[in-house]
Amino acid sequence: MEEKRDREEKYLFDNPKNVKRLLTIFFSSLGVLLFLEIFVHKHAHFRCEEWPEFFCVYGFVACVVLVIVAKYILRPLVMRREDYYD
Amino acid sequence: MIDAVPPAVIFIIGALLVPLIKGKWKGAFLLLIPIVGFINLIHIPEGTHWVVGFAGYDLVFGKVDRLSLIFGYIFHLITFIALLYALHLKDDLQHVGGLIYAGSALGVVFAGDLFSFFVFWEMLTVSSVLLIWARRTKASTGAGYRYLLIHAIGGLCLLAGIVLYVAQNGSIEFGYIGLNGLASYLIFIGFGINCAWPIFHPWLTDAYPEATITGVIFLSAFTTKTAVYALARAFPGTEALIWIGAIMTGFPIFYAVIENDLRRVLAYSLINQVGFMVCGIGIGTALAINGAIAHAFNDIIFKSLLFMSMGAIMYRTGKINGTALGGLYRTMPLTCIFCMVGAASISAFPLFSGFVSKSMVMSAAGAGHLKIVWFILLFASAGVFHHAGIKIPFFAFFGHDSGMRPKEAPLNMLLAMGIAAFLCIFIGSYPGPLYSLLPYPVDYLPYTMPHVVGQTQILFFSALAFTLLLLAGIYPPEMRCVNIDVDWFYRKAGRLFCYVTDKVFNGINAFSDRFIARGLPRVLGRLSRHLPEILTLGAMLPLWTAFGAKGEELQVKIKKARFALETGTAPIGISAAVATIFLVVIFFLI
Repeated sequence: MEEKRDREEKYLFDNPKNVKRLLTIFFSSLGVLLFLEIFVHKHAHFRCEEWPEFFCVYGFVACVVLVIVAKYILRPLVMRREDYYD
Repeated sequence: MIDAVPPAVIFIIGALLVPLIKGKWKGAFLLLIPIVGFINLIHIPEGTHWVVGFAGYDLVFGKVDRLSLIFGYIFHLITFIALLYALHLKDDLQHVGGLIYAGSALGVVFAGDLFSFFVFWEMLTVSSVLLIWARRTKASTGAGYRYLLIHAIGGLCLLAGIVLYVAQNGSIEFGYIGLNGLASYLIFIGFGINCAWPIFHPWLTDAYPEATITGVIFLSAFTTKTAVYALARAFPGTEALIWIGAIMTGFPIFYAVIENDLRRVLAYSLINQVGFMVCGIGIGTALAINGAIAHAFNDIIFKSLLFMSMGAIMYRTGKINGTALGGLYRTMPLTCIFCMVGAASISAFPLFSGFVSKSMVMSAAGAGHLKIVWFILLFASAGVFHHAGIKIPFFAFFGHDSGMRPKEAPLNMLLAMGIAAFLCIFIGSYPGPLYSLLPYPVDYLPYTMPHVVGQTQILFFSALAFTLLLLAGIYPPEMRCVNIDVDWFYRKAGRLFCYVTDKVFNGINAFSDRFIARGLPRVLGRLSRHLPEILTLGAMLPLWTAFGAKGEELQVKIKKARFALETGTAPIGISAAVATIFLVVIFFLI
């Protein structure tokens, strides 16, 4: 069994270097997106859209709020054992 | 007269022939049905066709305009994809159910009168439940019955509305209705139940994850989208829909974040996407309606793609819970790529299909200065990326290594997913053909610099939030659990209702049995036997005492009287006295 596992193929993200590489690409693209804002002339429907980095902040905050509310408010209210309805 | 037949007919006749065809030809026959149907469809000109007189009314089986045609095209397309995905199945029940279901959906979108509309609408429910029951588990049987029950309520509501509407207007033509009066409200709610509006929605999240692997592809495409069509036809521009749609986009994403069953996560995200369509129909401008319809078209493809990728995993591993999966990219790389295409599309990444349609609804909300709605939709856009865009592929294909090394999905499944993935990218990169099919002329450019940058920023910074929360250990771990939803009221409180009615009514029953059925006759019997004696002694005792009888003498008198009355041998004088007393009592009582 051990032998078999040793012989097992190494896959893309089994190598921590590749995970690091992916994260580096991801974080640099975030930087590029923050920077791109300067060149964009916005056609806003609402004034808040014109605030600098509005979409970056909104996307980030929305997801943090979503997770916090789901985890700390919704889950304690609605979570039941798997056989609750049986 | 035209050379074509009503689109529903081909599917329904085809479905009935399926069990008669055996062996390797069955697969070819199945795929041929939507192809023949499509050739038939493109030969139908716009206008009104197949009008049949019935009981003094005109039934119209072919109201063909741009709105019904675009739904017709996508229903044919998705039937082909779903049948290809299910080609390996040896279960005729599912093939027949799926085809009748698709045929009924086509019947609904081409119905020009309320009567045939209603008949096809009900056929949708009956045929689709087969795809849930076909899984043949206890859970799927229960979910199927609950699904039927809710749709039966919706159907009755719709029928009541239609009857009132026809009685008021004298016409059964199906067109714009608008919200005015009881009839229209009943029809509106009937549509809303099929559309999975909040509170009515648990039939969807309860039943779809219990359906078969291939059945859910059909389910995700037809019921909610025919309801979207019906709303677009009968209630465009109804303000209530804006808010209903906005709520639909918002609340399911919270559930999706904590849900463990990945097909249930997709079911919640289905409601979220339908919310965008409902909101667009509510806004009612040409741009908004176009956006809603285009989004329905795209959603059918990318949602089925996501369900197909999860189905492939289930087919190979037998598991679907986030807790049991992970690391499958190693041996199912193609399924993983297709899933990520679906995830990118539902998240509305530029160059993927969701981007070119969801943005139309968002822009319409912005143009209408609906600030709160716009903010909710934006929140939902970030949220959908979070749960459907990242969570689904991450927990299934990446995340922790589950140790499973399943084989890649079968060829027919890969082909079906491949076609859907190609369409997602094609429509996203080249939206012209889709726009040319929309009900109104399209004057909209999705690829403007601010829009592309803004949307990419939202998505990437949502991804940043996910990454940081995951690394910090704050992201809620997948847990083996169920999350109660509104269905609690009929699944648990329903039992409470049964318990209470059991205790109250069976309690009354037992009480009546004990005291009235058995106790009362006994009391009456005893009373009728002893009444003369009680009355007599009641009258005579004071008399005897007054005449000086006491002690032993009195006891003997009582004993004698009791004996005489019990045996009916009382002296005439006493009998007469008793009768007199009785008459006097009656006299006073009356």
